Order: sequence, then C-alpha cells, then structure tokens
Amino acid sequence: MEANNKKKSIIPTIILSIISIFWMYPIFLILINALKKEAAITTSGVFSLPDSETWNGFANFVASVTQMDFLKSFWYSLIISVTSVVLILLCCSMCAWYIVRVNGALSKAFYYLCVFSMVVPFQMVMFTLAKTADTLKLNNPYNICIIYLGFGAGLAVFMFTGFVKGIPLEIEEAALIDGCNPVQVYFQILIPILKPTIISTAILELMWVWNDYLLPTLVLDIKKYRTIPMAIQYFRGSFGHVQMGPMMASIMIDIIPIIIIYLVCQKYIIEGVVAGAVKG
Amino acid sequence: MVGKTIKKWWPIFILPTLAAFIIGFLWPFIWGIYLSFCKFTTVQDVTFVGLSNYQKILLDSTFSHSFWLTVAFAFLSSLTINVLAFAIALALTKGFKGTNVFRTVFFMPNLIGGIVLGYIWQTLINGLLSKWGQPLLALSARNGFIGMLILLMWQQIGYMMIIYVAGLNNVSPDLIEAAQIDGATSGQILFKIKIPMIMPSVTICTFLTLTNGFKMFDQNLSLTGGDPGKQSQLLALNIYDTFYARSGAQWKGIGQAKAVVFFILVVAIALIQLKATSSKEVQQ
Repeated sequence: MEANNKKKSIIPTIILSIISIFWMYPIFLILINALKKEAAITTSGVFSLPDSETWNGFANFVASVTQMDFLKSFWYSLIISVTSVVLILLCCSMCAWYIVRVNGALSKAFYYLCVFSMVVPFQMVMFTLAKTADTLKLNNPYNICIIYLGFGAGLAVFMFTGFVKGIPLEIEEAALIDGCNPVQVYFQILIPILKPTIISTAILELMWVWNDYLLPTLVLDIKKYRTIPMAIQYFRGSFGHVQMGPMMASIMIDIIPIIIIYLVCQKYIIEGVVAGAVKG
Repeated sequence: MVGKTIKKWWPIFILPTLAAFIIGFLWPFIWGIYLSFCKFTTVQDVTFVGLSNYQKILLDSTFSHSFWLTVAFAFLSSLTINVLAFAIALALTKGFKGTNVFRTVFFMPNLIGGIVLGYIWQTLINGLLSKWGQPLLALSARNGFIGMLILLMWQQIGYMMIIYVAGLNNVSPDLIEAAQIDGATSGQILFKIKIPMIMPSVTICTFLTLTNGFKMFDQNLSLTGGDPGKQSQLLALNIYDTFYARSGAQWKGIGQAKAVVFFILVVAIALIQLKATSSKEVQQ
C-alpha cells in the first residue's frame, strides 16, 4: 500500500516538474539574451545560449544603467510605490474604521462608491484625471501618491472594512472610557489588530503601483520623470533602432528585485492574494 | 458610543481619503461622462454636441472590430485560465512531493508588470514564429491574438490557482471520506462534491479573469501594439489610440464616449456574471 502510494506520486511530480521548467523558460530566455552581444540577438537567434564569441558579460547591464538612466527610473518607481502604499494603508484603514463605526449615510454612500470604483476601467477617467492632476500640481513623483490614494482607495477601503466589521466594539469602548482619544485608540489598538490585513493590502497595492504604466505615463511629464515600466516602453517604443541587449538587461533589472522579494515574502504574498480574493 | 466619538474626528479619519477619492476618481468620472457629450481637444474649448459622439462610434469600424475581439478574448481567456488553474490546483492538493515549489513557480509571473510581460513574450513568440516560418506578431492579427492569450494565461493561472487551492483545502475531508465509503468514484467526488463546494472560488476567479480580460491594456500595448493596422487592438487600447494617436478635433470626444460604452459593458458583464455564478453557490 505504502509503496503503491509512493509510485503514484512520482508521476505527477515528474509531469509538474516538466511544466515548471517550461513555466520558467521565458525568464531564462531573457536572461541569456541579456548576456549576449548585440549582433547575436536576432529574432530567430534568441534561443541559442551565449558562447565564447557572443558572450558580453555584464556590459548590457552597465549600458542599461548608464544610457537609459535606469537607476533614476528605479528611484522614481521606488519613491512612488512606497509613498503611495504607505498613504493608502494609513488613510484607508482610518477611513474604514470610520465607515464601520459611524453608520451614517455618508459612510454607506462612500463605501458603495469605493466598491463601484474597483470595476470602472481606467480609460473612463484617464483624460480627465490627467487634467485634474495637472491643475492641482500633482504631476510629479512626490505628489502623485495623492492620485494613487484616490484611485487605490476602492480596494483598500473594501478590504479594511471587511476586517474591521469582525472586531468587537468592547475593546475600543473600554479604551475610550479609560481616556484615550480616537487617534490613540487607532494607533494603539486598531493597528495591531489590523496587521494581517495591512500586510495583505500592502502587497496587493504594491504589486499594482510598482507595475502601473498608464497612470504615471499620463500624469507625469515623460521627459522628466520615468518609472521603470515607462522607461521600458519609452525606449522600446520610441527609438528608431532599439538596442536589444540593454533592453533585455533592463527587463532583468526590473524582474530580479521582484523575484527576490517574492522568494523572501512568499508566505505573505500568497496569503495576501487569498485574503483579497475571499473579501472580493 | 465609539461611533459618536469618532464622528467628531472626521477631518482626520475620513477627510483625506474622501478628498483624494474625489480628486482621483469621482470628479474625473463625472467630468468624463459630461465630456462624452462634448467636442473638445483641450479642456478650454469644450462645446456641447449631445449624442453625436455616440453616433460617430457606430461609424468607426475600428471600434466594432475591437469590441468583438475583446468580447471573444475576455471569454476565451477566462475559460482557459480557469480550467487550467483549477486542474493544477486539483493536482497540487493531492499532497505529493514538491507542492510548495510548484506553487511558487506557477504564481511568480503574476508579479511581473504588463509592459515587461509583453516584451518578454514578444521575444519568445517572435523567435518561435520565425523558426517555424510563420508571420511575426506585428504582421498577423491571428498570431497576435493567440500570443495575448498565452501571455495572459502565463500571468494569471498562478493567481487563480492559489485561490482554487485555498478553496479546495477548505472542503472538509470528512465529506469526501463519506462519499468514498458510499462508493463514489473520483469523478463523482470531483463533480458532485468538490466543484459545488468551491463555487465561491469559481465566482471570484471568473469575475477576476473576465474583468481583467476586458480591461487588458499594458500587455496589448507592448506585445502587439495593435498591429497589424489596429487588427489586434483590444477595447482599452482602441480608446487610448482614439484619444492620443489620432489627429482631428472630434476624436477626443469620441474617445471619451467609447470609454463610457466600455465602462457600461464591463459593469454589465461583471453584474451578470456575479449573479449567474453566485446563484450556484451552496449554502453551508
């Protein structure tokens, strides 16, 4: 019986291993091309491994950083993602607490508007949003987080209200009676309880902001500020002759930190996805 | 009591989010609906033209083409992604060696952004097509469509698989054991117990894949860019193209009207789908 079970489990393991290798192949393909010389990266020659003649070392990575100003793009992406996500987490968790505890018409209306905003395609608001951002001077990497707070509020408010509803009222009541003000109650009681949801929401919002292309393209001045997705599209889309080597290297520079963060925080990321889906 | 106390503190708790929501969503949304009835190139020269933008959409053959292409794409991608994600999830919940490694591998593409995904797959697919002597992505709308389908599958199967795995792990082993004792075959257990029990996951995954399929933009832009001649343009890209790539005073208004039609389409599909699948959910 035992041996039979073991034999049975080998076959699916082998099949899934083969699928996994295929699954990883596209990334491997970009990596081998990022290490090749320019002339060796042709449409049909992408599959060959670099040999002694075509090996280019890390020259493409250097070129990507120097020619495309990729470090600057990395910085913009980082600053936008971090400020936006921190702002979203702080403001939306506060807002969700208000919505759940103050059961008025404003709370209800705002909650349903948030849910509604999650379904609306971005194309519906892209033109008017870019104009609004220009008027209010939100069109630089340091202020754009306000736009992200507005557009990302839907998902975050939805996730947080779902969780706050399950928190018993008595703890907060006791704290208020003991003389805490709502801000203290929020920071000292609510935030520790909300921690798992904060992590899940942070991951979902981070994945969105880091990879977002269209919103920053329309809001920011592309000549001055380019996030990573903007830089990749800009260099690939607008140059007459595209330098394929540095292009592949740029893709790798974008993917490598994502993979490292994923491998380190895998547990939280997967839990975040499940939590988001169950609430959704 | 808590409610009354917090209510006085509304400028701290609800105002920042509410203000940002109005700036980032509500005002642009309402303004967008208004502008769909106007002719404009910038926000200074707006003239009200009534329904004429909507009439012009009907005459724009690129719109009807991308409309049907998007409908086909969204349903086809939703179906394939859900079936394959469920199959993998089923295999991964059987409890054999390496399950966690496989889960990690399958989910990973989901973290990569749409633009980058598009260029990764463009390299791979064009390489294969030229090896097989087929027209490249930029020259064949059919290959472009299949390419986008493969790309989206690669990106989203992992995500949906995670949701299905969570759903399957929640199915009580007692229930399955009871069925086995009663002599149910593994096919019967799958269709009569597992699938009905995970209908909430099916609802969510269908919802996500359908709306993602309809709204897909980045991957379309980077993989095919709509080539050849707008033949592989999905609706989101078609609207973007109408706004920013066409010269002529009338196009921005038409683009905004297309966006309103697109919005109504997505909301309608989402509502119909949620109603259809959640009615099949089992009350526990």
